[in-house]
Amino acid sequence: MGGRAVTLNAHLVVTRPGFGLDIELEVASGQVVALLGPNGAGKTTALRALAGLTGLSAGRIVLDGRELHTLPAERRPIGMVFQDYLLFPHLSALENVAFGPRCHGVPRAEARRTAAAWLERVGLAAYASARPRRLSGGQAQRVALARALAVGPRLLLMDEPLAALDAHTRLEVRSQLRRHLADFAGATVLVTHDPLDAMVLADRLVVVENGTVVQHGTPAEVARRPRTDYVARLVGLNLYRGTASGRRVTVGEVVLSVAEQQDGPVFVAFPPSAVALYRTRPDGSPRNLWQATIEGVERHGDNVRIHLEGPITASADVTPAAVADLDLTPGLSVWASVKATETHAYPS
Amino acid sequence: MRGEPGRSSAGVTGRPPWVLVLPALVGIAFLTLPLAGLLVRAPWSSLPRRLAEPQVLEALRLSLVTATVATLVCLLLGVPLAWLLARVTFPGRRLVRALITVPLVLPPVVGGVALLLVLGRRGLAGRWLEETFGVTLPFTTAGVVVAEAFVAMPFLVISVEGALRAADPRFEEAAATLGASRWVVFRRVTLPLITPGVIAGAVLCWARALGEFGATITFAGNFPGRTQTMPLAVYLALETEPEAAIVLSLVLLAVSVIILAGLRDRWVGGP
Repeated sequence: MGGRAVTLNAHLVVTRPGFGLDIELEVASGQVVALLGPNGAGKTTALRALAGLTGLSAGRIVLDGRELHTLPAERRPIGMVFQDYLLFPHLSALENVAFGPRCHGVPRAEARRTAAAWLERVGLAAYASARPRRLSGGQAQRVALARALAVGPRLLLMDEPLAALDAHTRLEVRSQLRRHLADFAGATVLVTHDPLDAMVLADRLVVVENGTVVQHGTPAEVARRPRTDYVARLVGLNLYRGTASGRRVTVGEVVLSVAEQQDGPVFVAFPPSAVALYRTRPDGSPRNLWQATIEGVERHGDNVRIHLEGPITASADVTPAAVADLDLTPGLSVWASVKATETHAYPS
Repeated sequence: MRGEPGRSSAGVTGRPPWVLVLPALVGIAFLTLPLAGLLVRAPWSSLPRRLAEPQVLEALRLSLVTATVATLVCLLLGVPLAWLLARVTFPGRRLVRALITVPLVLPPVVGGVALLLVLGRRGLAGRWLEETFGVTLPFTTAGVVVAEAFVAMPFLVISVEGALRAADPRFEEAAATLGASRWVVFRRVTLPLITPGVIAGAVLCWARALGEFGATITFAGNFPGRTQTMPLAVYLALETEPEAAIVLSLVLLAVSVIILAGLRDRWVGGP
């Protein structure tokens, strides 16, 4: 990733009544950037602005050193995959893929050859003459990808590329999509609200909340050091903002011992599996101990997730056996502790 | 409802109430009895002879030709007009939409008078047309087409605009991201998507043009072979020879029903 020329450099500002988007994006050639965020955060608006389907109120879009924001959508060197694909219902799969090249002035026969080659690449050569309504969700997704790539775009835009698929198809399409994205030489921006899609497909994550970028970095960085509650929830961590002094971090009334030496305002994160629960105050007084009330109990994979209220709000993952042994029910008062070695503190 | 298990509404919603069924039956009778009357009173024995009369064939040919040409004119002007109303925001759009539906509520005779005032030999545009191109429209076959198109075009515009509004504009956005100009988007995406609506509108438009009477007789007159269409022939025959009027009406009815039924099954409505 590092050292490659920046292909896309964008500052997107879209102002509408009751909504504002203001984000900066940089994407290198061959890089995949995922815009991750809750519904209504402005991700899709950002994508539409890049495509030219929504006008910019201010800012710029520069692709390969060329200004893009002054061009209408049809003159931008982009390919876009829409959430529900929007394959033209009156055209066959082949004609759908050939549509773009034809619009770029490629003769009919050549456009059809290009389209056939793309269908072959996404493994749908046998469906060339099929109408979109005859295709399954996964097949339609691949045709939509082929259609977007057949124009030879420099920037590929994908809006929730996997959201319309069922869980099983999703797994398969996700790994195929990853391969196709790896082969694509241009810049890719994809929008998703699914952290797993983002982690698997993207080289870099840009987390958008309320129209602004709240965090960006590699998936590993973002997953390890969440900076907002939304990101922490996505990656399944307990997250607190506190003040560090050495290996001690003050979070509200609780003082947590942490593994790293820090000073000043910090985040402290630890996984729910690192939290241990006791009915009575444990002996040997471990540090990082606080008294909490069970707020909720829910199934989480093979374990049970306990939501705790108290001086700090936390989630704890325990085994079903522990729930039975300790008789963990909502309203119960328990002691919670977390080992210092399982916490992670980083500057905020 | 019978014979459709699972879709029968009787089990869930009960019997259809008489308050609705009775007026509906009266409505059916009201609309079909006059047609039945035509069939009952038709002079079946002399029918073949009367049908072969050159004046009947001439009026029928003229009606079919002018209604078809008028429909083509409406398509040529009305589809772009509907597109403009549905897809382009411009000041006064609501006013334009209101104005183009005026011929729908205007008595056709008034429409004919208005056409005479504008396109007549001494009319605003008519004089210019005659002086510049030597073209006169009133009391010609072309005038029949103009009168029919004037009355029928709102049907097409309204139908096509509805289809355009119902069509998902995001298909057009997808086409734009693939490099299609607005004209290409219209030709290769929008138009194919709204084809059923365009055909339905054209059929309505054609049927309205075929039955046009008031504007035609006012603007184009009643000259056999040139401007005397079927409805005009029916009206004229009624005064002199009622049996002939019935025959002409039957022919008009048969042609309309055959063509509309044929198109309806293929294009319009249906489950």
